[in-house]
Amino acid sequence: MLIHFLKRLALTIPTFFALMFITFIAIRLVPGDPVEVRVGERGISPERLAQFRAELGLDQPVWKQFLDYVWGILHGDFGKSLVTNEKVMTEFFTLFPATIELSFAAMMFATIIGIPAGAIAAVKRGSRFDQTLMGLSVAGFSMPIFWWGLLLIMLVAERLHLTPVSGRIDLIKFYFEPVTGFMLIDALLSDQKGAFKDALHHLILPMIVLGTVPLAVIARMTRSSMLEVLSEDYVRTARAKGLSPARVIGLHALRNALIPVVTVIGLSVGSLMAGAVLTETIFSWPGVGKWLIEAIGRRDYPALQGGVMLISAIVILVNLGVDVLYGVINPRIRHGA
Amino acid sequence: MALLEIRNLSVTFRTRGGLFKAVDGVDIVVEPNEVLAIVGESGSGKSVAMLAVMGLLPWTADVTADAMLFDGQDLQTLKPAERRKIIGKDMSMIFQEPMSSLNPCFTVGFQIGEALKTHLGMDKAQRKVRTLELLDQVGITDPERRLAAFPHQLSGGMSQRVMIAMALSCRPKLLIADEPSTALDVTIQAQILDLLVSLKRETGMALVLITHDMGVVAETAERVIVQYAGRQVEQSATIPLFADPHHPYTHGLLAALPERATSSRLPTIPGMVPGQFNRPAGCLFAPRCAHASAICHTTPPPKAGAAMGEALCWTPLVNGMPVGKGAAA
Repeated sequence: MLIHFLKRLALTIPTFFALMFITFIAIRLVPGDPVEVRVGERGISPERLAQFRAELGLDQPVWKQFLDYVWGILHGDFGKSLVTNEKVMTEFFTLFPATIELSFAAMMFATIIGIPAGAIAAVKRGSRFDQTLMGLSVAGFSMPIFWWGLLLIMLVAERLHLTPVSGRIDLIKFYFEPVTGFMLIDALLSDQKGAFKDALHHLILPMIVLGTVPLAVIARMTRSSMLEVLSEDYVRTARAKGLSPARVIGLHALRNALIPVVTVIGLSVGSLMAGAVLTETIFSWPGVGKWLIEAIGRRDYPALQGGVMLISAIVILVNLGVDVLYGVINPRIRHGA
Repeated sequence: MALLEIRNLSVTFRTRGGLFKAVDGVDIVVEPNEVLAIVGESGSGKSVAMLAVMGLLPWTADVTADAMLFDGQDLQTLKPAERRKIIGKDMSMIFQEPMSSLNPCFTVGFQIGEALKTHLGMDKAQRKVRTLELLDQVGITDPERRLAAFPHQLSGGMSQRVMIAMALSCRPKLLIADEPSTALDVTIQAQILDLLVSLKRETGMALVLITHDMGVVAETAERVIVQYAGRQVEQSATIPLFADPHHPYTHGLLAALPERATSSRLPTIPGMVPGQFNRPAGCLFAPRCAHASAICHTTPPPKAGAAMGEALCWTPLVNGMPVGKGAAA
């Protein structure tokens, strides 16, 4: 198991180098550079422009810039943001808890609803519930996230006034220093009355928007996996023991059906991050997604490269984690059979 | 009083192609402490009949019977929750594919202990003691170590032993074994059958053995029911059945046994079991029967008397030759 893990870890190294290269090139292919964006349309003397470029190291040949960049990363240095002059690492990890909070909530939302819904649909195959759920899941999977987000804001926040429109908490009513960076936890720690409830209110819509695609995928996956498992011999054995239907389905069948579902959940962390970029932008959620979008606008090369690298690293690590978890729920993998 | 009494059992499946009667008017009586074999080729409805008794058929199956009594209880009127109290406790079943019948996600110990917890309310320590005892009883060496084993770590024969241990856990009065040795190696087959028979002797339970292997029947069963295409075509004690089969189908099955062959080519029964769409109007076996006459093709045959093995035939055989009123036709 440990050797298997280390092998997988080693395999991620080339992935990282490819990533470094692609992010580096991709952003430089976009017209405009950080200096031009900052100067804007007012114009500036060519001497000043050259001076700015030299300060940022942009006058160097591209291959040299790349080598400097790789050298920095190998030393754990992702550089400084061109806009704020803060270390990219520091900025990223200040904002990252907000993204984790949102992604985690969205994933909880998707699994807690998706798995039981898919399982029930499989047990009641062909029923109205099954047909409705499968219809909804196609819709949920196909819907553009930004459109769905705007729709919910219009309906739930604007029309019905059930939730706030954007942000993580009402900054006029509540203020406290971040301790963990997770708003829900910080709100609890702050001892301010109503702060937790307010933070929760702010979380609901973004959570639903970001969780919709995974919800659709998980529900479908659980259903099809469950259908397969329900016709297995060991399910009949469980019934032959006189176990209750709840135990037969909820334990014997579901445990087996979840094996592929866990893989899907793990692999969807990548697309979750992509969704987080859109969701955070729509809801002004101050996480790394929104930060990256802003970095693109400002051509903040180090921030963008560093941010993408760090997110990729996290996605790759989560996938590794899923591999390990897979072994925990599937004994056949654990014992190397 | 009979342990299990089933009268006129029919099972109909609602399929896309219409209704399919897998079991048609079958009577099964099992006395306490007896070994009954139900014989027939694939598709004869022998497993379906027993799954119906266990209540394990899918919801697409309609089960009807004039009587369905187990140990004095009417299985048809019991609520599902009450029926589950019998299933796995007083009446249990093992299946053809031991490897796929065990849940790959749980240890052997857990799977055996589950019935003990559900039916007998045993705590963890009691379950462990009883599980070890059961594993020992079914001939598994080093039971302590096997408790933590997962099914994929067991061989086929070992899996079937675990299945048997599971089925025996609550000391059932009736064990239904659905082709328990078919999926196993020949040497293991004999071991499993011997184990079943000796366990039956030890515990005093009754055993219903579903099989297509007449050799197995001869070695283990006291009484035999022969099924063909969902109908029961003959039933009798084992020894007279082997000595003088009355239904041409039974006769054909026995003649096909290599031990009984008289010529260099093994005799076979030509044709196939009729399916859903080609059921004959008269006797279901008539298209394959060497002795079939005109009436056999048009009118379903009556049941012969007990002396003739209740053979479902117009012209039951005696010493391999047809007799009776249809003989002249």
